[in-house]
Amino acid sequence: MKAPPAPNNGGAGKGLADTSAPPIIGGGGGQIPVAIRDLTVAYEEKPVLWDVDLDIPPASLTAIIGPNGAGKSTLIKAALGLVPLAAGSVSILGKPYTRQRRLVGYVPQRGSVDWDFPTDVLDVVMMGLYGRIGWVKRPGKPERQTALECLEKVGMAAFAKRQISQLSGGQQQRVFLARALAQDTRLYFMDEPFAGVDATTERAIIALLHTLRAEGKTVVVVHHDLQTASEYFDHVVLLNVRLIASGPMAATFTQENLQRTYGGKIAFLKDG
Amino acid sequence: MDLLRDLLFDYTLRNVALGSAVLGIVSGVLGCFAVLRRQGLVGDALAHAALPGVCLAFLLTGSKTPIVLMAGAAATGWLGMLILLRITRHTRIDSGSALGIVLTVFFGFGVVLLTVIQKSRNAGQAGLDKFLFGQAAALTQEQVVTMAILGGGALLVVAALFKEFKLLSFDPDFAQSLALPTRGLDLVLTGLLVIAVVIGLNTVGVVLMSALLVAPAAAARQWTNSLGHMIGYSALFGAGSGVVGALISVSQTRLPTGPVIVLSATVVVIVSVLFGSARGLVWEWARQARNRRGLQAPPDAPPAPNTRGAGSSTGGRLPFSGSPSIGGGGGRG
Repeated sequence: MKAPPAPNNGGAGKGLADTSAPPIIGGGGGQIPVAIRDLTVAYEEKPVLWDVDLDIPPASLTAIIGPNGAGKSTLIKAALGLVPLAAGSVSILGKPYTRQRRLVGYVPQRGSVDWDFPTDVLDVVMMGLYGRIGWVKRPGKPERQTALECLEKVGMAAFAKRQISQLSGGQQQRVFLARALAQDTRLYFMDEPFAGVDATTERAIIALLHTLRAEGKTVVVVHHDLQTASEYFDHVVLLNVRLIASGPMAATFTQENLQRTYGGKIAFLKDG
Repeated sequence: MDLLRDLLFDYTLRNVALGSAVLGIVSGVLGCFAVLRRQGLVGDALAHAALPGVCLAFLLTGSKTPIVLMAGAAATGWLGMLILLRITRHTRIDSGSALGIVLTVFFGFGVVLLTVIQKSRNAGQAGLDKFLFGQAAALTQEQVVTMAILGGGALLVVAALFKEFKLLSFDPDFAQSLALPTRGLDLVLTGLLVIAVVIGLNTVGVVLMSALLVAPAAAARQWTNSLGHMIGYSALFGAGSGVVGALISVSQTRLPTGPVIVLSATVVVIVSVLFGSARGLVWEWARQARNRRGLQAPPDAPPAPNTRGAGSSTGGRLPFSGSPSIGGGGGRG
């Protein structure tokens, strides 16, 4: 017999009512958001990622760092199922990634789309809701409202009706972030959100990342700026085709690991 | 007014007008997606690849029923698309060259078949050479009805999948990350493009069909910044240039329809590029000239709080007015 939850939870006998255990455990907060095993990805015959094993801890801000061609973007795309895996597996929140796509938000590289496309800011943000709206139906008033709220969070509400070709690089980036927020997922992958943006946008993104973490969400960000990495993120993945190191920022983001990631090219950092 | 009466009651004119209107609307709508996905030339290859299909369908069945010839055209058009995809995906040949290969090989094969047909049977009865440049005057009511049914179906699919097609055209990776079946949607959109091409075979012909996909869409883009409106304008421009071109070609004897339709679509493009309300060049030039005349030195990097010269130039409508300028702003006052 299962005890009716309401009266018993009140307090008295912890030992008495716990037969039914806690029925819901915070939506699966204990699961590892991203677990990657033996992942290899190759374009033609050249491996871009080689035998990567990686766990991303929950409610963390993780930076993926490595030189050009290290496979940073590919790692994200593999986790999202956008590129075929040559070997290995990715599980998202405890299940194979192909069945979990709805649970993952994605901010692609800004340069990956044509900003001359005939549409406005609000419309782009509403695209984050297309997976939920369902077939045939068009976005309506509630979707519009949600999209506006997401624009508000990135400081772009005033631009809702703006044609997207008229945006600066930083504004484009914030629109993409708002679109990901509209997806309202527990896990986010962002591909170089800080690339080429102005200081205002950079601050807006940091604030947003911190808000997301405070809400218990997990964010994985491809990052290229070594100077700011340890300030912005709490976990780091050092990648150069192979996984060099991953873990909490302080313990992992060491001179030695960076040397191993970048080879000799990192020498200048010692002076800075 | 005579024209209006003829359009309503003259069998040939009515078919020509209705057929080219249907064609213009369908290719205008689907052309928008082709243009936005930078696949204008894909439509060209597809149209050329349809020619051998028309000939084969005739050779195999001996029938000139529109739906049979259209099915043949669709079959080889689709085959051409599949080969195109295979080439770009599995070889190191780039998509431009692959387009060239598919287009010329299929079209060459089609012309060979066409010659065989015309030599073996009485050419007059076959009349398949009309499929090269189109002959709207030969449109029958049966053809127009077939075109309308196919085209109407295609438009319904576009209406149902509008938001998916929009996202697929703008950001296919993101669409896939939302778990939308992007490969399936891609196939559907290509299939609709095949339909648009196939219903244009009689009227415009395979050689110039892609113009009716690209021109109205490119013109429409000049008038609006919204995809929905762009599609509407494009349908309008497509229908307009289709009907006008077809009627001109019918009124002049022996003038093939395709080229005339292309020319009238070109007029629409030129006017739109010059005067389009969203990005017309004339407005751009006028704005630049106005700005040059009213040019003032730009403000200092951080707009200085001191408003010494504010009174001197507040009347300016230019964004940079009022703040002291680098090269002696005070001297102007």
